[in-house]
Amino acid sequence: MVERSLCMREISGTITKIVCFFSIMFISKFSRLGAQAFKGLSKAPLTIPSRKSFFPVVQNDSLDASSRKLFSTTNSQEENEDKQKISVTFFDKDGEQEIKVPIGMSMLEAAHENDIELEGACEGSLACSTCHVIVMDVEQYNKLEDPTDEENDMLDLAFGLTETSRLGCQVIAKPELDGLRLALPAATRNFAVDGYKPKPH
Amino acid sequence: MPSYISKCAGPPPLVFFSSASIVPSFLPFRFSCNTLCCWCHSFRPSLPSVSTSPTPPPLSKCAAPPPLSDSSSAADHVVQRHHRRSTLSLHSAMSIFGGMIARKFSSATTRSLHVCVVGSGPAGFYTAEKMLKAHKGAEVDIIDRLPTPFGLVRSGVAPDHPETKIVINQFSRVAHNERCSFFGNVTLGSSISLSELRQIYHVVVLAYGAESDRVLGIPGEELKGVHSAREFVWWYNGHPDFSNLTPDLKSTDTAIVLGQGNVALDVARILLRSPKELSTTDIANHALTALSESSIRKVYLVGRRGPVQAACTAKELREILAIKDLYVNIKEADLVKTSSDEEEMKNNRIRKRVFELLSKASTSRSPSQSSGQRELHFTFFRKPDKFLESYDKSGYVDGVHFEKTTLKENDSGNQIAIGTGEYEDIKCGLVLKSIGYKSIPIDGLPFDQSKGVVPNIKGRVISSSNGGENEDGLYVCGWLKRGPTGIIATNLYDAEETVASISEDIEKKEVTSQKAGREGLVHLLENKKIKFVTFGDWEKIDFEEKKVGSLKGKPREKLATWNDLLEVTTK
Repeated sequence: MVERSLCMREISGTITKIVCFFSIMFISKFSRLGAQAFKGLSKAPLTIPSRKSFFPVVQNDSLDASSRKLFSTTNSQEENEDKQKISVTFFDKDGEQEIKVPIGMSMLEAAHENDIELEGACEGSLACSTCHVIVMDVEQYNKLEDPTDEENDMLDLAFGLTETSRLGCQVIAKPELDGLRLALPAATRNFAVDGYKPKPH
Repeated sequence: MPSYISKCAGPPPLVFFSSASIVPSFLPFRFSCNTLCCWCHSFRPSLPSVSTSPTPPPLSKCAAPPPLSDSSSAADHVVQRHHRRSTLSLHSAMSIFGGMIARKFSSATTRSLHVCVVGSGPAGFYTAEKMLKAHKGAEVDIIDRLPTPFGLVRSGVAPDHPETKIVINQFSRVAHNERCSFFGNVTLGSSISLSELRQIYHVVVLAYGAESDRVLGIPGEELKGVHSAREFVWWYNGHPDFSNLTPDLKSTDTAIVLGQGNVALDVARILLRSPKELSTTDIANHALTALSESSIRKVYLVGRRGPVQAACTAKELREILAIKDLYVNIKEADLVKTSSDEEEMKNNRIRKRVFELLSKASTSRSPSQSSGQRELHFTFFRKPDKFLESYDKSGYVDGVHFEKTTLKENDSGNQIAIGTGEYEDIKCGLVLKSIGYKSIPIDGLPFDQSKGVVPNIKGRVISSSNGGENEDGLYVCGWLKRGPTGIIATNLYDAEETVASISEDIEKKEVTSQKAGREGLVHLLENKKIKFVTFGDWEKIDFEEKKVGSLKGKPREKLATWNDLLEVTTK
């Protein structure tokens, strides 16, 4: 499992480099435009959307964050931009995956951005329990605001509920949550649910 | 079909660990995630067109139309990937590279596994999704007896719960998969027999749910004005089989709902909510008209057991208690808990939270009772003994004769309701029995009449004649497998289990036989002159309903008769 994860990361790194190469080719073309965009963005105060924010709001945030990254030209800006993302590790039945999540983005959205198989039947409208995640550290769990009645109503119906269960759509990235570790309930299930197993290289 | 389109090549494991987003939308290689095969994360490669063509391929078109759709439905074949951040994300860019690499490693897949799923509700669609994902060589056909897909998401979920129906987006993406096809207006048992299906397909998964009702078996059940909640729900949701139910809501002010589960709460809420609020939902037009003219002001929700055993969930209870200007009556005496009740609540979070809500509601009855006000009465510890016939209107229900009950622990430790021999009548002009759904058996299918399910082990159908062996290639999922309980998400886990069984069986015994699959089905249906409805046809219905709905400020105006539905598909 660990081997696979390392292997994946190496390859993923290579791919990132290739993509970066292509990106840079185009970035030069749009650098002026980019600088303007960055100027505009940097004026906007960083706000954490309300916990009930649905996808559109969250998406805007992700857009901002990615634009910032793209148009950053100096190290200090890069560092600054890194601070606006937190590290979150998802554990599923196949292993673990660490991702960077922009402040203000929900874990459901972040999981989908990164092809993590977290269901989201109602797309974050608090009408299902399919994006159920288990916060693996109690300390981290305590940093979250208490679930609302509506979230609790849905958690009532979640498969494999634990003391530190939350809905992924309601856990919003904030600086204090850096290093958050989340388990998908599937990780705790005994039977293999997916016939597909990637072969090691 | 453009040359760059090829079959799903399997998920690219290499991109699984992609991270941040850096590719802006305005860059020339703005291929969106829409080029991803929508459910399986495998790839419709748009790369060649990216590198060789100055204009990218149409972004929102799914590469391959379902083989059986006509050209217009193929044009409708639009993938809506609304919640994935498509154009911006690095993963779309990386996907292309990953996809290239992945394809190099994956051998060319042939569609050798033919799968048929019967029923297009949540159980059917989740099964199809998991099958497509687990077996890259599988071709999955979903048949449904209705011209419309999505089962109870369309005809069961209450009209004022639009968020619950969002899952339709996910199911539509599954239906748009190039290895998946929908065949509506095809009835198992009449259009096509189970044995015919099993001859054509390697795997048949029955997920046709529970389209009948449990009965009480007490006198007067056949009286006019006594309906099952399912019929009433289908009526207000525009199910074509019950659009002509016409329940009489005008000659009485009282309705009794038997049962206290979520379906009971749904029907009670629809009866008690202001029609004005319902008018902006996708409630069927005939139902909205009838509810606007309804004289029903008082609804009794009757349960055999106590508030600790009420089968509803907190969300639905919270919702009905929040209806504006509603007088809620819960007898405080009913809220006294026994030690067994305490024990039951300790082990069950839902029971505990539901009980808390009920206790809170009993003490905070804000709007005082006034004439003409809508009232909701929670009535516990009452068992229906018989339905009373009206003296004035022969053949019509006039009330229910209840026996009072008390709780007693049975051998398996459950508290069950025992009659006390004391009786009470409640007058009413409408009764809705919400005591459970029941599956209907079909020819050639083992069926457990007492449990109302198909006998199975983890989804594998157990033969009734063959000494308890598994029926080869026959599986069940959803309500037909485990009985009519649970929520939409329950089917997700249910489908995982059934698909895991299928995968295990295929691994054990490799599929070598040739089956006709989709081609065979089409051939058979054409021979029988059955006009099936494709997913593209459904999209015509969908478009028409949304168009008419938008004129009335509704999300959709459901076409509620077979004629109307089928007519639109031929346009």
